[in-house]
Amino acid sequence: MTEWLIVFGMVAVTYLPRTLPLLFANRLNLPAQFQQALTYVPIAVLSVIIAQTAFFPAGILHLNSENPYLWGLTAAVIAALLRWPLLLTVLLGMTVYALAKWLF
Amino acid sequence: MTQFLHGARDSLPLVLAATPFGIVFGAMGQAAGLSDWIILAFSVFVFAGSSQFVAMTLITSGASTLLIILTTWVINLRHMLYGVSLIPSARRLPKKTRAVMGFFLTDETYATVINHIGRTQNQEINLSYFFGSGVFMYLNWIISTYVGIVAGHQFPQLTSFGLDIAMVVAFTGIVIANVRLPGHWVCAFIATISGILTFHWPHKTGLLFSSFIAIIAGFYTDLYLLKRGQSND
Repeated sequence: MTEWLIVFGMVAVTYLPRTLPLLFANRLNLPAQFQQALTYVPIAVLSVIIAQTAFFPAGILHLNSENPYLWGLTAAVIAALLRWPLLLTVLLGMTVYALAKWLF
Repeated sequence: MTQFLHGARDSLPLVLAATPFGIVFGAMGQAAGLSDWIILAFSVFVFAGSSQFVAMTLITSGASTLLIILTTWVINLRHMLYGVSLIPSARRLPKKTRAVMGFFLTDETYATVINHIGRTQNQEINLSYFFGSGVFMYLNWIISTYVGIVAGHQFPQLTSFGLDIAMVVAFTGIVIANVRLPGHWVCAFIATISGILTFHWPHKTGLLFSSFIAIIAGFYTDLYLLKRGQSND
């Protein structure tokens, strides 16, 4: 039951931000500064998720070279900085992760 | 019909890129112990890749329903920008049509359609093109989720490997592709440090807190740099 509540709550908070501006934005004007601030949202949220997943395998802080997530993350950062396509970035990151897991 | 197919064709690279995430999402739901119907319902009704991943991570970690919905809301705020930027091209369409378009306004379809609008002369949205991209993305998302559920049943040992690493590296790619200003780097950096420091906060509240201070830090960095640049002129 809780799961259905989550699904339909998420439907509301996904559908409304996507649709309301399309419906009303000719009347409502978002302040330019607010629009600017919105561009930081995906970067902030996704970075926290990356950090909390990669630095805490099994819920414990692992800040050393034996943590395979950090190797995969580093490889993905380099590939993304070199403007590799997303799919290749993902494949490289996962391969490096698998290699590090096998080595250490 | 041709425009519908063109929209679908132009979305193909992004649709292909989304497929592994649909599969991983399905398998992840399996591993989290959710019923097949619930997992499919996420993809059929919510239809938002990164939100679904985050929700699944939060469900696994035992976060409250309210926190899951609040977090999804924050992640989806960026879609307001998409809607706002499409308004000049969608203004003349009937409201009912715009209400349906909102459901299909994923990152992928937005990117494809905005690119297409830029190449047309009248700068209008072609509805067939929009729905060609949106429906293709949608059907593929549902099918790949289903494949993930089936794969989760067949190979339970596969799902314990590489699920969260796929998410980590995919999000890394998305974050870095979105970084354009110095403040964006500051934002990513603060988010990472604060995310590590607040990891043990109850109910994943550190996620919202860290996102919030990172957005403020990045925003004011760029504002400061802009003002300094202007006063130097």
